Amino acid sequence: MFDFSYTIWILLIPFFLFVLIGFWGNKFKPIVSGIVGCAGLLTSWILSLFTAYKYFFDVGKVDGVYEQIIGYHTLWLRFTDTLYIDLGVLIDPISVMMLIVVTTVSLMAHIYSTGYLKGQKGFMRFYSFLSLFTFAMLGLVVATNIFQMYIFWELVGVSSYLLIGFYYEKPSAVAAAKKAFIVTRFADLGFLIGILLLSYFTQTFDFLTLTSPTGPAIATPPAATFLGMSVLTWAMILIFMGGAGKSAMFPLHIWLPDAMEGPTPVSALIHAATMVVAGVYLVARLFPIYVTVPIALQVVAWVGAFSSLFAAVIACTQYDIKRVLAYSTMSQIGYMMCALGVSGLGGHEGLGYMASMFHLFTHAFFKALLFLCAGAIIHAVHSNYMYDMGGLRKYLPITHLTFLAACLAIAGIPPFAGFFSKDEILVAAYHHDTALFAIEYIVAGLTAFYMFRLYFGIFWGKKQDYHHPPHEAPLSMTIPLMFLALGAIFAGFIPFSHLVTSDRQILELETEWIIAIPSIVIALVGIGVAYVMYLKPTEIPKKIAHALRGFYTAAYHKFYIDELYLYITHRIIFNHISRPIAWFDRHIVDGSMNGISYVTNQASDKIKGFQSGQLQQYALVFVSGAILLALVFIYLWT
Amino acid sequence: MLMLIMRHELLLVMITVILLLVELFLPADRKQKIILPALILFGVVMILGFIPGPTGILFGGMYTTTPLTLLMKNILTIGVFIVFLQSVDWLKKEENREKISEYFLLLITTLIGMEYMLSSGDFLMFYIGLELATIPLAALAAFERFKEKSAEAGVKLIFISALSSGILLYGLSMIYGTAGTLYFDEVLNGINGAPLQILAFIFFFAGMAFKISIVPFHLWTADVYEGAPINITSYLSVISKGAAVMIFTILLYTVFSRITMMWKDVIYITSILTMTIGNLFAMRQRNLKRFLAFSSISQAGFIFLGIIGLSQLGMTTVIYFILVYIFSNLGAFGVVSVISNRTGKETIDDYDGLYRTNPKLSLTMMLALFSLAGIPPLAGFFGKFFLFAAAANQGLYILVFIAVLNTIISLYYYLLVVKAMFLNRSDQPIAYFKSDGYSRLGLALCVAGLVIIGLYSPIYEFINQFTFGIY
Repeated sequence: MFDFSYTIWILLIPFFLFVLIGFWGNKFKPIVSGIVGCAGLLTSWILSLFTAYKYFFDVGKVDGVYEQIIGYHTLWLRFTDTLYIDLGVLIDPISVMMLIVVTTVSLMAHIYSTGYLKGQKGFMRFYSFLSLFTFAMLGLVVATNIFQMYIFWELVGVSSYLLIGFYYEKPSAVAAAKKAFIVTRFADLGFLIGILLLSYFTQTFDFLTLTSPTGPAIATPPAATFLGMSVLTWAMILIFMGGAGKSAMFPLHIWLPDAMEGPTPVSALIHAATMVVAGVYLVARLFPIYVTVPIALQVVAWVGAFSSLFAAVIACTQYDIKRVLAYSTMSQIGYMMCALGVSGLGGHEGLGYMASMFHLFTHAFFKALLFLCAGAIIHAVHSNYMYDMGGLRKYLPITHLTFLAACLAIAGIPPFAGFFSKDEILVAAYHHDTALFAIEYIVAGLTAFYMFRLYFGIFWGKKQDYHHPPHEAPLSMTIPLMFLALGAIFAGFIPFSHLVTSDRQILELETEWIIAIPSIVIALVGIGVAYVMYLKPTEIPKKIAHALRGFYTAAYHKFYIDELYLYITHRIIFNHISRPIAWFDRHIVDGSMNGISYVTNQASDKIKGFQSGQLQQYALVFVSGAILLALVFIYLWT
Repeated sequence: MLMLIMRHELLLVMITVILLLVELFLPADRKQKIILPALILFGVVMILGFIPGPTGILFGGMYTTTPLTLLMKNILTIGVFIVFLQSVDWLKKEENREKISEYFLLLITTLIGMEYMLSSGDFLMFYIGLELATIPLAALAAFERFKEKSAEAGVKLIFISALSSGILLYGLSMIYGTAGTLYFDEVLNGINGAPLQILAFIFFFAGMAFKISIVPFHLWTADVYEGAPINITSYLSVISKGAAVMIFTILLYTVFSRITMMWKDVIYITSILTMTIGNLFAMRQRNLKRFLAFSSISQAGFIFLGIIGLSQLGMTTVIYFILVYIFSNLGAFGVVSVISNRTGKETIDDYDGLYRTNPKLSLTMMLALFSLAGIPPLAGFFGKFFLFAAAANQGLYILVFIAVLNTIISLYYYLLVVKAMFLNRSDQPIAYFKSDGYSRLGLALCVAGLVIIGLYSPIYEFINQFTFGIY
């Protein structure tokens, strides 16, 4: 048996980087932090690649099934014999895939940032937080039990908070960081309750026990108890709530667009490729249980589908390029969730699961690429807004080509990566539910449209008079772009159905052209519309916007979801719930506490006299104490 | 090879002999030079202690070594090493220079006493160890004999300890009278809970309670702690107390296991008294040495919670808590010691605004106090948590509730000091100074201990494997 225990170092290296850079980074030049960070991450990346090679092509498969291997395992906290918490590394197809995704994108973000943040204040702080995040994310994906996942889930939240608020002198960044933290924390409340319900019911935290077909969750499902649904259904829906918060699913998505206040490499790493797919990963991790509770799976499918449509519509109306990408991320994650929701377990039923993981994988490449390109563009023109850009293809040739590759990938044009994965999702949806398929089909067209709206608007469109001509980004930034572009172009050719499937066995697939051709057609239509409207400045967009006045305005204002939240929190919760509680706290709770402390103080004052400083008295107390104790206990015990 | 069983004690005796010889031949003006070699020597012995070696019985059962006692000795040795590091700055003072080797000799002698006490196989050996551990301490308390308070502390300690030894011996003699032997293994079978034995147990308990400063046998603590040189105070409150708790717990679990139901009540009551009274006194103290003295009384009350937890869980939590407590309390005492040596300031009010001038010291102090108060994720939290868990495991929910209340009270006064350092402003804060390398090393060890023991749980499991089968 091959020993996978070295995999613990994949996550320990970033952790030590965090400590090292965080504590001693300021003793050296800033660039040293960057180099050390990159070198460390490179090691983790190589280890991950090695693990993937070993697992997928060498030792992982036994009798045609990929095994779930506990690579490293330690008992972290033991309360009783049944209640204990382990920490460890679980090696199975999805965790190995995530190791690749996380370390690759993180390495790219590390390299890219050496150029992007060059000369900025807090360079080493940035790198230490980036390492912390990478550590947390890796800990999350390799978790052997749901409690470990929760610990790292929160750590991911914290490091994301730190990174979004990196420019802490900017009020909007601080507000965005807080918003992201509070919204995801709120969702995590559901997650925590879900964990408690699930583990109370099953008596275990361990993933392998939970998802085993003979485990307590699947073998002996509980009867319906509360509001017509069983404990298990409730637990899974609540756990999904946590996933929906991290993955920015409607209606918990409001933090994601604001989180774009963070530096762009952070957006690429956290808000495109890794943290936001944690929710998808969570559902995939517990998928064998989700399959047994169809209601929860329906919730996953519909929340995913609705979010993808909702976000795609908003993305068509936004001008801040990073926000367009943020909504696009939300939309694509909706795709993945929907694919999980329509999937079954095993064989062709499990197509959705495989498609979802496949899309997660390819999306990580092209979406990280899009964000990093956006960073290069913003770096060049010093603005986030589309209307400040135009005709950049001559100034930024590399960025232009890589951005185009990513756009083609996300639009689903063969042979780019997105085509393959998106096609599988559409096939899975088609076989499960026509309504979901219709939604996803429309979203595919919208995606192509808004991405090429961006592309034409930035690189073609009207000529701008730039104060000083924009220049291509330095090599440190373009190398990650080119590397990720390779992924965006070629990742689709990976035989994913042979590697990552719901039952960990090979799934033989053929391209269903009956779905594939219409999906290419609608993508081309989307691109065509964008071409007509945005290649050269025209009046068409304004006319359309005018024709759809009400709807357009609503979409432009993100359907007023933020305002709704503000209304609910400020007007209703703060006024009618928080105020009375605050009064109760200040007068009743504090009052009684003050009373207790007054009594304690008085008592303390009174007994001070015992300590006289006189030895005779001490001896007297000593001896009488002993005699008193003796008398009392001899009386009591005999 | 049999001597290897006693290697801890023998190595320490060797150091004392070497130091004694060096002291004889060292000219008066070069006495300072002994510090570094002595520290290195002791450090080597500390590390040697961790090398696994044989365990067994010597001298016909008077001396026994088990993996558990080895672990305890190692813990104590680490603590003493930190105390040594923290005292260097103070030893280098003009008035102490002549007595440097005396200091090392006396302190190491007490450690030898404690180790014999821990390894004792009968009450005679136990008593000799106890006295060997106590008498040099009186000399050490009076180390600054030109200071009235220090001299007074020495006298008070020797008188009270003589009294307590008397009572303890009285108890032991009654045990001998009823059981007919002094060997632990045999006494075990002779204990039957007769009234005379209860009296004997209470007297024995009083003697131990004096060492651990359990109410009402604690009154000497405040005066001695205040008067003694600060490093001796920290030694008394941490090492000496820790060793006494360890041997006391072992004896309760083995020799007195037949009357567990009886001593449980004694521990129960004195635990509540000690926690509460220690806290109430600590609240009002402005002098940090007295403050820490009372807070350490209250901590001793908490330790009793673990003892009452019985079984393996109880033993493990007690040792774990002592380990944590050594690092926390030595951290706090270390800071107080550094500041006292450099500026002579010892009250809480002097610490106003310390964070602005000495941020690192303030942070160390904060961590140490947080750990004493039991704030996660520092080691102190887990220490308290396991103590409470041990008591709750026995169904003693009222005791745990009282302990929780006391934790809240203790939080108040620990935070008072933190508040002074971080929030209060002062016109004349303690000026910035760079402390000496030894103290910094000592404090760094404490901080590392606090954080690592808190976050790295295998340490608990490690202790747990030694305590197996003790009960």
